[in-house]
Amino acid sequence: MKKENFLLSATKTGLVGGAIAIFLCLIGMVEIFNKRDVIQGIVTLGQFVWLATAVGAGYTASQQTSHLLNGKKPAQNLTAGALAGFFSAALTAFLVWLGSQTDLRAIFINASPALYELLTFGKGLAGLPQLLIIGIISGIVGATFTLLPKAVQRPLLHALMMLIFMALFSGIFRVVMINQGNKWETLAKSIFSQTGLTQLGGWIFILGTIAISVFWSNRGEAVKASMARMPSKGKLSLRILVFLIIAVIALGLPQVSGPFIAQVIVIISLYILMGLGLNITLGFAGLLDLGFVAFFAVGAYTVGLLTSYGPFGLQHISFWVAVPIAVLVSMAFGAFLGLPVLGVRGDYLAIATLGFGEIIRLLAGSDFLAGYFGGPQGVIGIQKPCLGVLEPFIKLDTPRICDGIEIGQGAADHFLAGPGGIYYLAIISALLIAFVAWRLRESRLGRAWMAIREDEDVAEALGVNLIQTKLLAYILGAAFAGLGGAIFSVLIGSIFASSMQLLVSINVVALLVVGGMGSIPGVIVGAIALIGLPELLREVSEFRYLIYGTVLIVMMLAKPEGLWPSQATKRELHHETSAQGGD
Amino acid sequence: MPLLQVENIHTYYGNIHALKGLSLHIEQGEIVTLIGGNGAGKTTTLRTISGLLKPREGSITYDGKDLLKYPAHEVVYKGISMVPEGRGIFARLTVTENLEMGSYSRNDKNEIQRNMDRAFTLFPRLKERRTQLAGTLSGGEQQMVAMGRALMASPRVLLLDEPSMGLAPVLVELIFDTIQQINKEGVTILLVEQNALMALSIANRGYVLQTGEIVLTDKAEKLKNDPTVQKAYLGIE
Repeated sequence: MKKENFLLSATKTGLVGGAIAIFLCLIGMVEIFNKRDVIQGIVTLGQFVWLATAVGAGYTASQQTSHLLNGKKPAQNLTAGALAGFFSAALTAFLVWLGSQTDLRAIFINASPALYELLTFGKGLAGLPQLLIIGIISGIVGATFTLLPKAVQRPLLHALMMLIFMALFSGIFRVVMINQGNKWETLAKSIFSQTGLTQLGGWIFILGTIAISVFWSNRGEAVKASMARMPSKGKLSLRILVFLIIAVIALGLPQVSGPFIAQVIVIISLYILMGLGLNITLGFAGLLDLGFVAFFAVGAYTVGLLTSYGPFGLQHISFWVAVPIAVLVSMAFGAFLGLPVLGVRGDYLAIATLGFGEIIRLLAGSDFLAGYFGGPQGVIGIQKPCLGVLEPFIKLDTPRICDGIEIGQGAADHFLAGPGGIYYLAIISALLIAFVAWRLRESRLGRAWMAIREDEDVAEALGVNLIQTKLLAYILGAAFAGLGGAIFSVLIGSIFASSMQLLVSINVVALLVVGGMGSIPGVIVGAIALIGLPELLREVSEFRYLIYGTVLIVMMLAKPEGLWPSQATKRELHHETSAQGGD
Repeated sequence: MPLLQVENIHTYYGNIHALKGLSLHIEQGEIVTLIGGNGAGKTTTLRTISGLLKPREGSITYDGKDLLKYPAHEVVYKGISMVPEGRGIFARLTVTENLEMGSYSRNDKNEIQRNMDRAFTLFPRLKERRTQLAGTLSGGEQQMVAMGRALMASPRVLLLDEPSMGLAPVLVELIFDTIQQINKEGVTILLVEQNALMALSIANRGYVLQTGEIVLTDKAEKLKNDPTVQKAYLGIE
């Protein structure tokens, strides 16, 4: 078969790149990202995204050229890159031209004058040649990259990733540093601008990353080797040292970072709790539950109703007493859900549990039960827990003294009043539950769950009581999620049925998939990646689910076992068939 | 008195009458085989004995006790272990974990260790592969895992459902040798097979099953020479 002409292939690639660029323009991503800088005064994030499509087209075209011509031929590679970049930009130019002839906004809301202005550098149609030239240059840059030796490619790629990362999170770093006082503030302001990196900051991160990357590729093996040579005692103390550093950072973080980051970490921890719960029902026992948020809701409402000073508070008992009750109630609901769906398998189970989750949400928000749960208004006035005393199991009346401070006067003052304090509660709970989940996994019960997941009939024939074991999976999973809900209610101080969306359940399933089904560290990594990052990147939150969906698809194609898979899944998916063991 | 007595059982899948008054008995220490074509009800018989299916009529007596009053997961505690059709190994657990699951019904650590050693003595291949995921093993090795797992429960009666299915002839030999060896160690065996010739050559007695009914029963030797059996199941004209 005759191979395709490389110029034709480059044109196609360029058109694909252009189509992506148009897509990103029309969904408004380029325009909205334009408000953020990557490097102040040089390139905005919006421009960056657009450039990335042209550079990407050039890169891909050059790769294909090398493939088609059986090797790197600089002249052809660069031509292909330029061609791809040109067509990529040409499509965008066409969009701008079309926009000047007709009003596209009737259909594409984001095809705004601001977008055209951005794409033509404010010059109207006269700016289009410039756009095309930039496209060609970008394509050539992309093509050049493929011609560079690996030793140069890697540091550049790392620097680029570092730059994007720093630019995206610059706002957070800036605020955190400014909070630390004068010296830090000066430093922060010289590195981070209001909306991105300053030029100085940009250079620091680019050059710094390149330096580290070059050092690591030259010396990394040697460092690793010397670590491996270390005596076991040394390794242990190194591990303890790392652990201590992490512990110190974790302990000091909310004081340093301020309430926003603390709150994000609390939310991550809550998802970790739910993830660990679902990991038992789904990851260990293989029972898909798409209504998992129901147990979270039960935990939250139980604590809310038991501790609230608002109109729906039944009791005003201590948080510390309400939490175990909430966990028990969640467990009861776990059994309540588990019993009817015991005989249901696979897809049907997913639908049944989905219905359960929705029922709980709709009931909690309904007018019918508004007298008990507040309906759409929710339960408000949930008291923050006090650390100092375990208040008695009685009705406590206001004014109430909490850790020496009268509640309601300076409510934000006592330790567990704000996210900074709840942070510790959430982190400790997540760690505790992770430990419990780990022990459960290694237990007889854990083995029985996995046997059920693999083959119900055989498990039963081997002596596993299916009813009891499955119910325990539902009950324990529910308990973990209920604890998460309990903490959530005191974090926010009020609960609304509208927070218990189906999307929460889907998120929990997705974080398990991304982290690695059945893996406990996977739950933590998955929660950070899927919940933490979008929370921190609130500015780009409009495109949260676009990115989310893309990441899920890419994950399933590239790394189906998850980011941190359990040993078994990893081995299963990589077909490790070689015999081992025999020690 | 036989160790296991199945009397006139009728088992249904919904409205499908799968076993129509089947009776059989097994004496302590015997190898009994149940042969028959596809859909004859062989697997159904084993699943009924192990409690996974409940018959609408009839009785199953084991060691003088009514077996039908126990749910499926308690039958194994009484000393009846099954090697299911298609092996039914836990693909995502290691060989060792599969074997450990087999001893789910046992509590005595020493007993479990003894059974583990026995499984590894019977199937040295498994010892080599004990840290491997069972799903990555070959068909023959998976059959070994399934049999080793069933033995982990220290059974008095072992129900084997088509252990030769999908295996190379040399492996079939090995599996059947092992069945005889297990039997010599005192385990009573009920063997369901499509490979009638192999089954009849190691069994003491045999039952021929056709559409849910026993149509013939005799000493294995005699069945082997029976013209109808030869024609229908042994491929001899």
